[in-house]
Amino acid sequence: MSTEARKPPAQIALKIRRVLGGKTGWNGIAVQFVFAAILGWIGYEIVSNARANLENQHIAGGFGFLRNNAGFDVNQTLISYTGSDTFLRVFVVGLLNTLVVSVVGVVFATVIGFIVALCRLSPNWLLSRVGEIYVELIRNLPLLFQILFWYLAVLAALPNPRQSISLFGIAFVSNRGLVIPRPIGESGFEAFLAVLAFGIVASLALRFHARRALFQRGQVIRIWPYVLGLLFVLPLVTTLVSGVPFTFELPQLKGFNFAGGSRIIPEFVALTLALSTYTAAFIAEIVRAGILSVHKGQMEAGASLGLSRGSTLRLIVVPQAMRVIVPPLTNQYLNLTKNSSLAVAIGYPDLVSVWAGTSLSQTGQAIEIIAMTMGIYLLISLLTSAIMSAYGWRVSRSLGA
Amino acid sequence: MKRVTLALTLALAAGLTAQAADAQTLKTIKDRGTLSCGVSQGLPGFSSPDDKGNWTGLDVDVCRAIAAAIFNDPTKVKYVPTSAKDRFTALQSGEIDVLSRNTTWTISRDTSLGANFTGVTYYDGQGFMVKKSLKVNSALELNSASVCVQTGTTTEQNLADYFKANNMKYEVIAFGTNDETVKAYEAGRCDVFTTDQSGLYANRLKLANPGDHMVLPEIISKEPLGPMVRHGDDQWFDIVKWTLFALVTTEELGITSKNVDEKAKMENPELKRVLGSDGNFGEQLGLTKDWVVRIVKATGNYGEVFDRNVGAGSPLGIARGLNNLWNKGGLQYAPPIR
Repeated sequence: MSTEARKPPAQIALKIRRVLGGKTGWNGIAVQFVFAAILGWIGYEIVSNARANLENQHIAGGFGFLRNNAGFDVNQTLISYTGSDTFLRVFVVGLLNTLVVSVVGVVFATVIGFIVALCRLSPNWLLSRVGEIYVELIRNLPLLFQILFWYLAVLAALPNPRQSISLFGIAFVSNRGLVIPRPIGESGFEAFLAVLAFGIVASLALRFHARRALFQRGQVIRIWPYVLGLLFVLPLVTTLVSGVPFTFELPQLKGFNFAGGSRIIPEFVALTLALSTYTAAFIAEIVRAGILSVHKGQMEAGASLGLSRGSTLRLIVVPQAMRVIVPPLTNQYLNLTKNSSLAVAIGYPDLVSVWAGTSLSQTGQAIEIIAMTMGIYLLISLLTSAIMSAYGWRVSRSLGA
Repeated sequence: MKRVTLALTLALAAGLTAQAADAQTLKTIKDRGTLSCGVSQGLPGFSSPDDKGNWTGLDVDVCRAIAAAIFNDPTKVKYVPTSAKDRFTALQSGEIDVLSRNTTWTISRDTSLGANFTGVTYYDGQGFMVKKSLKVNSALELNSASVCVQTGTTTEQNLADYFKANNMKYEVIAFGTNDETVKAYEAGRCDVFTTDQSGLYANRLKLANPGDHMVLPEIISKEPLGPMVRHGDDQWFDIVKWTLFALVTTEELGITSKNVDEKAKMENPELKRVLGSDGNFGEQLGLTKDWVVRIVKATGNYGEVFDRNVGAGSPLGIARGLNNLWNKGGLQYAPPIR
C-alpha cells in the first residue's frame, strides 16, 4: 500500500482564510461577503433615494456648484481669495483657516499642558496649587463660554485703530487685531532661504549624530555652538554677500484701518487662546498621569546618578511616561481640531463658518456640503491619529519595550 | 439577512409615504392642530418674542393670519426660530410648514431650494449703520472699513458687489446669528453694521445708546422679503399666497379688524365676494367661506399689521414708502378676489 504524502494547502489560501474568515474558515468568508454586499446595497439605496427625493422637490443637487462664483468675502485667507473665486476655493480657504488654528492651538496646548503638569507635580506648594487651580477652573467651564469670554475680553480691552497702541512705531495693537510689518522678498531672498534650509537640515543631522553617540557609546557631544553657527551666522554671512534678503512693509493708518503689513485678527487670537488653554487643562492631567505611572524608583535612580531633578525628568522619566501619554494626547489633539468649529460664534472664518455656513446657505446644497465637511474632518482626524500612532510606535520602540 | 431586508423595506416604504404626505400640507396641519412657522431668532418688528414669550412682528402676523384662516384661531402656531443659514434646511426637511422670516426673494432661492416664494410682505433694501462719531455721511466714504454681517444672507454678496463696484476695500466679519453680529458691532470690532434697512432700524433699538448710531442714506440692493413654502403642494402654496393678498385687499377696501362685521353686512358686491357671503373662493382654497373675515379679525389688514409692528405705531417708526398700496404710491398690490 503506497501512501502519498498529502500536499499542504497553498499558504496564500490559508492566509486569506485566516484573515477574512477567522476561526469559521470559508463559511465565515461567505458571510462576510454577503454582509459587505448588503452594506453596499444599503448605501446605494440611501444615495439613490436621496437623489430621487431631491429631484422630485426640484432641489439642486450634485457638485457642479463647486465651480460657481462664491460672491462673498472672507476676512482671513492664507491663499489669495476674492469674492469672484469659486466655491471650491472657499472650501480650501476655510480648511486652511481650520488647520492653522488647530496646529497653532495644538502647539500651545501641548506646551502649556506640560508646564501645568510639571507645576502640579512640583514639590513647591505654591506652584502645585496654581497648577491645580488652573486645571480645575479651566476644564470645568464650557468651551463656548471661554471662547466668547476671550473674544469679548480681547475686544473690550483694546482701543479702536485710531487710538491703537503702538509698539515702537512698527507694530500696532487695536481691536482690529495686531498689525506687524510684512517682509517682502528682495534680490538676496532665494539664497537666504536656501542657506537657512541647509542650516536646519544640517542641525538636525548633527543632533541625530549626537544622540547616536550618546545612546551607543555613552559619549556626550556638545552641538549647540555648531547649531548656532549654522542657523544664525551662516545666513548672516550670506546676507552680507548676496544683499538684503527682504525689506519690511510698515503698516500705516489709512482711513478706518491699517493698510499694508500683515495682520493677525482678534478672532484668531481669541479662538487660539481659548482652545489651547482649555485643551491644556486636559493635557496637563494626561501628562501628570503619565509621569506618575513611572515608578518613583526611576527618579531615585536618576538622583543617585547625580542628575538634577530637571535632567532626571527630561532624560529618564518623561521618555517612559510618553508611552502612557501619547494615546490620550492624540484624543486631545483631535478634540481641539473638532472644537475649532465653535469659531462661528465669534466670526472666525473656519471651515464650518464659511463652508458649512455661508456657502451652504448661498447654494442650499446641504447634503453635498455637509458630506464634504464631515469627510474632511474625518480625514484630518485620521491623519492626526496616524501621525500620533507613528510617533507612539517610535517612542515605545526607542525604549526597547 | 431576512430581517435586514424587511427592516430596510419598511424604512423605504416609510420614506415613500412621508413623501406622499408632503403633498397634503393642509391636512397634516389640521391633524397636528398647529401651524409650524419658521421665524427669526429675534428681530424686533418682524419676529421677536416679547417679555412674556409671545411672538410679535410683521412676519409673525403672517403666521397668525394663516393659522386664523385654517383654524379660526391665530394662536394655533408653533414658532420655530431659525438662523439665517438653517432656515432653508428647516423648510426642506419639513420641520416647518412655512418660512416667514424676512427672507429675500432671489431667483436662485426660488429655483434651487425646492421651495417657492409666495409674495412680498415687505419691500426692503440693504443699508449701512455706523457710529455717528465716525463722521461718515455716505457709504462711499467707507473705504477700508470693517463690516459686521450675518452669515448666510444675501447681504454678504451684495456687500462684496457694492465694494467691488465702487473700487473700495473692506474687511468682512461674518457671525452666525443676528445678536452676535450686533454685539460685535457694539464692541467696536467693526465700523459698519449692514443688513436690510428695516433690520438696521430694528437692531438699533437693541443698542445701548441708539442715538449714537445712524443709518446711511444709500440703499445698495433690492430686498423683497416674503414667506416661502415647499415645492410640490400647490394648494398650500395658494393658501399662503392668498392669505397675503387678503391682507392687502382688505386694506384697499377699507376693511379693518374693527369694522369687518359691519362691512360683511353691507350690500356691496365686492365686499360680499371678499368677505364670503357671495361665492365660495375660500372653499376652493381648502378653507372656509369666511376665511378673509377670520384673517382680518385676527391680525387686521396689511396697513394695520404694518403700523402695529414696524410703522408709525411701533418703536421702529418706519414710513410706508414702497410698502404703501399701489394706489397710494407704493408697490403693495393684490390680484382681485373674484
